Amino acid sequence: MAAIYSLYIINKSGGLIFYKDYGSAGRMDTNDSLRVASLWHSMHAISQQLSPVAGCSGIELLEADTFDLHCFQSLTGTKFFVVCEPRTQQMEALLKVIYELYTDYVLKNPFYEIEMPIRCELFDFNLSQTVQKDCVALLGR
Amino acid sequence: MQFFGGSEISPSPPAPTASGNNAHMMYVFNRNGVCLLYREWNRPLHTLNAQQDHKLMFGLLFSLKSLTAKMDPTNAERGNLGVPQLPGQGCSFHSFRTNTYKLSFMESPSGIKIILVTHPRTGDLRESLKYIYNLYVDYVAKNPLYTPGTPIRCELFNTNLDQYVRSIA
Repeated sequence: MAAIYSLYIINKSGGLIFYKDYGSAGRMDTNDSLRVASLWHSMHAISQQLSPVAGCSGIELLEADTFDLHCFQSLTGTKFFVVCEPRTQQMEALLKVIYELYTDYVLKNPFYEIEMPIRCELFDFNLSQTVQKDCVALLGR
Repeated sequence: MQFFGGSEISPSPPAPTASGNNAHMMYVFNRNGVCLLYREWNRPLHTLNAQQDHKLMFGLLFSLKSLTAKMDPTNAERGNLGVPQLPGQGCSFHSFRTNTYKLSFMESPSGIKIILVTHPRTGDLRESLKYIYNLYVDYVAKNPLYTPGTPIRCELFNTNLDQYVRSIA
């Protein structure tokens, strides 16, 4: 069974720009994934408000009963989050690699309109390669 | 969700994960969202007034619970996002971590929510929250003068809680 269940990328206003499912039970439809993504965006923002100490940058890891959610926010506000099996290691590193792929294959694509849904073949291709070999490749990084 | 064993045998407190007082604050809510208890040990930053803060915290937990219930990748039969769920129903969560704090969450079968906010590098606090729940049962629920649903004003509970929280985290 896959260690990673799904990957979401949301833009700085909470809109879902990329969603990929890697085999969770009962696929979410488009509307649900959009709703979940924007809900996560707001929860992330509220968690910053509730911080007891200054300088909070939002939820990095959510530990649920049946999954872990790791979130990485780039400096421009784009959020990447993966849903994986509980206690999966190396997810921060995987998110950084996905961010690199995003900058290389999405942002540098002259036909990509910023903040819009991602439809880039090269990104899809490299992403699936990374996710497939993540356990092996990331340990060496 | 597991139901917590007989409260008359309070288990010995779980071993502290590290030393020092790293706990920031604690909330207890009942199932209607009334804040029964708010304790603060170390909170330099206040962004809102107390009432707004409690409301926001309850709202965050409520929404995160509906989010995790909807996202649960191991269950094919999940309702719509935000469908009302009883305590113990659907996939819940037990903690989240940001760069400045870690929030641990526990919900009892009767809907009592215990929230402990600590230093981000604290370990798993699930056992500690169960112990705090046992304190609640012993000193609050068994107190004949306590009316359920009202803010907790039990000195014994507060002293024992302070003592215990100082030993964990």
